[in-house]
Amino acid sequence: MDMSQIKDTLGDAQAVDIDSAVSVRNVSKNYGEVEALRDLSLEFPRGQLTSLLGPSGCGKTTLLKIIAGLLDATSGEIEIDGKKITGPGDDRAFVFQDFALLPWANVMRNVSFGLELRGVAKSEREDIAQKYISNVGLTGFEKAFPHELSGGMRQRVGLARALSVDAQVLLLDEPFSAVDEQNRRKFQEDLLELVRNENKTFIFVTHSIEEAVYVSDQIAILLPRPSRVSEVIRPKEFRSTGVENIRRSKEYLDIVDQIWSSLRNYVE
Amino acid sequence: MTLFGYKLPGMSSLILWALIWELVGQSGWTFFIPPLSEVFVTLFNVIGTPAFSKAIYETAYAFLAGVFFAVVIGIPVGILIGKSRLLDELILPWVNIFLSAPLTALVPVLMVLFGFGMKSIIITTTLFAIWIIILNSRAGVKQINRSLVEMARSFGASPLDAFFKIYFWAALPEILGGVRIGVIRAVKGVIIGQLLISIVGFGALFELYSNNFMMSHFWAVLIVLFALAFTLSEFLAYLERRVSYYASSR
Amino acid sequence: MNRSLVLKLLSAIIVFGAWEIAGRVPVSYAFPTFIESMQALTAMTLNGSIFVAYAETLKPLMLGVAISATAGIGLGLWIGLSSRFEWLFSPIFVVAQAAPLAALIPILVMAYGIGLTSKVFVVCIMAMPVIVLNTASAVRNTPASLKEMGRSFLATDRDILLKIIIPAASPVIFAGLRLGISAGFIGAILSELKITPTGVGDIITFSRSIADYPSMYAAIFSIIVLAVLFLNGLERVEAYLFEGNNRGYVSD
Repeated sequence: MDMSQIKDTLGDAQAVDIDSAVSVRNVSKNYGEVEALRDLSLEFPRGQLTSLLGPSGCGKTTLLKIIAGLLDATSGEIEIDGKKITGPGDDRAFVFQDFALLPWANVMRNVSFGLELRGVAKSEREDIAQKYISNVGLTGFEKAFPHELSGGMRQRVGLARALSVDAQVLLLDEPFSAVDEQNRRKFQEDLLELVRNENKTFIFVTHSIEEAVYVSDQIAILLPRPSRVSEVIRPKEFRSTGVENIRRSKEYLDIVDQIWSSLRNYVE
Repeated sequence: MTLFGYKLPGMSSLILWALIWELVGQSGWTFFIPPLSEVFVTLFNVIGTPAFSKAIYETAYAFLAGVFFAVVIGIPVGILIGKSRLLDELILPWVNIFLSAPLTALVPVLMVLFGFGMKSIIITTTLFAIWIIILNSRAGVKQINRSLVEMARSFGASPLDAFFKIYFWAALPEILGGVRIGVIRAVKGVIIGQLLISIVGFGALFELYSNNFMMSHFWAVLIVLFALAFTLSEFLAYLERRVSYYASSR
Repeated sequence: MNRSLVLKLLSAIIVFGAWEIAGRVPVSYAFPTFIESMQALTAMTLNGSIFVAYAETLKPLMLGVAISATAGIGLGLWIGLSSRFEWLFSPIFVVAQAAPLAALIPILVMAYGIGLTSKVFVVCIMAMPVIVLNTASAVRNTPASLKEMGRSFLATDRDILLKIIIPAASPVIFAGLRLGISAGFIGAILSELKITPTGVGDIITFSRSIADYPSMYAAIFSIIVLAVLFLNGLERVEAYLFEGNNRGYVSD
């Protein structure tokens, strides 16, 4: 399962010259007897959003956490900008599915928490945090506590926190799955803009086919038992259309259907 | 914790402590701590004696009667105040008061009102146990999922059916939890009752042995008491676990 | 909320009214009326005897609670963080929590006499187990997601302990303190009734011996009221300090 599997929407195999920010090489992860990941290799192009898409149990969150350095791979290696990783680092920032906010801290403290852990001085980190709080549309809520916020707002806090540390790789673990549908759609639109404006590499785990096709520059389909990359899809045309039209573009619909027909056999 | 790759079971450090006890006892450091082996020998000797059997009987009788009343009165009261908002607002404050109040302070009152005998001890035991049983039964009823109630009604269940087939089981994990804590408190209640009110049961043995400095006997009986209390608590925890499999998905 | 206040008052009136009536019947020669007991209480307040008594009773209580809180939280943290310590010490406290520790009082009296020391010991053995176990459990149950989040932002172990584990554990630790103080109260009263009568325990036993039942009931009433007020006050402090962690009360 390597780069020769990358195909565009018309089905031709195309060799692509990719500037990879993150390289996953032959990564395996075993939990005792259980093989969570087997010999997985994948490249993540710089400045673009790659989705890891697949049914539950396909190892996508495991892979994401290994890239983040929160889990160790049993074998294989991960390189960021050509350097092997050995644990969490300031070149990567993680956005959690259940938000992982400190319930006893207000929004300002939560957003600046990553900087606080790095020893940045208080006024400086609050300035930086303030910028990202407005970026995600939470101006005015700096003193609010998580339990006073809706799910969508809490995830914005999580996002702002990850953005504030200015890491070059952003890892998002099903960030919108605990958020309601309307907010989710808004988030997806905002995410597209974020990818366009920030010069970061995004790795995005989701189990929603439409979400993956909507936001991604590259979609890696993972299948379970054993976990492996079955194909990598690079949508071409609708990437440059406006956000409102994507869901009606023929290419979008074709890709969604194509993915569903290969995944439907894996529904439990 | 693991040792040489083997995971050690939960309470196994007690074996280590038993060893330490034995060593300390053998060293004769303080006469209050005789060697554990001596205590066990005394224990086996004492268990058969009539004095001991009488003590167990008296204590068990007071304990079981106390728990019986606490359960039989506490669970219905708890369910009642869980269902009726009016009764809840009238009665709950008192339940909370007596839950956190030092019930030991009430024992003198029981002594002057009900005498120095078994009756007072049973009432003490009941008082110690009942409040948490009421509170937990109330909680069990309150957390019954609205959807379950609506489901029962939509399928035309009679009130009796609804109670016994649905509500009782839905509230059971909390009620059992309350009973377990209540039972533990009842054990403390029965001992405190015996220490303060009248010298019967285990309380009598403790007085006897401590007055005569029979330390091995004292520890032997203490161990028996603690072991019984602990076994009882674990048994109830086991029952609670048996029903808890559905507790979180209610 | 007005309705709730009215109902609480109504509830109090019903109970105290029943007390009054029961005293007049009388249910027993040893059962004074509510009013008589309140009169005795007022008398004791006015002549200051009740304050002197409480000062005496509070000595072992406060000392014992202070020791239990510091040692208990420290031990609890250690047990929560180190699996070796948990293996070694938690069974002791688990057994202690289930067991009727009051049974140990005769031994303590034998070992430490009938003075302040044994009373402090009684308070400690009653209060420590719940404080230790609550603290340990709170530490061990820190949401894994928060610790992981800390690690992902490169927090050191010390950071994680001070900025994540301890704040996350605080509500449960505080609740443990509250329960511990409650148990300590029981220990203090118990030691006064059983070991030597001093302080409020003395008022109770003395008035009983001279059949001055109103004073006896008054003293007991004051103990209950004080315990309740204090512990409720603690609950309020708890709610105020930890409002971020307050899940909210689910009511109709």
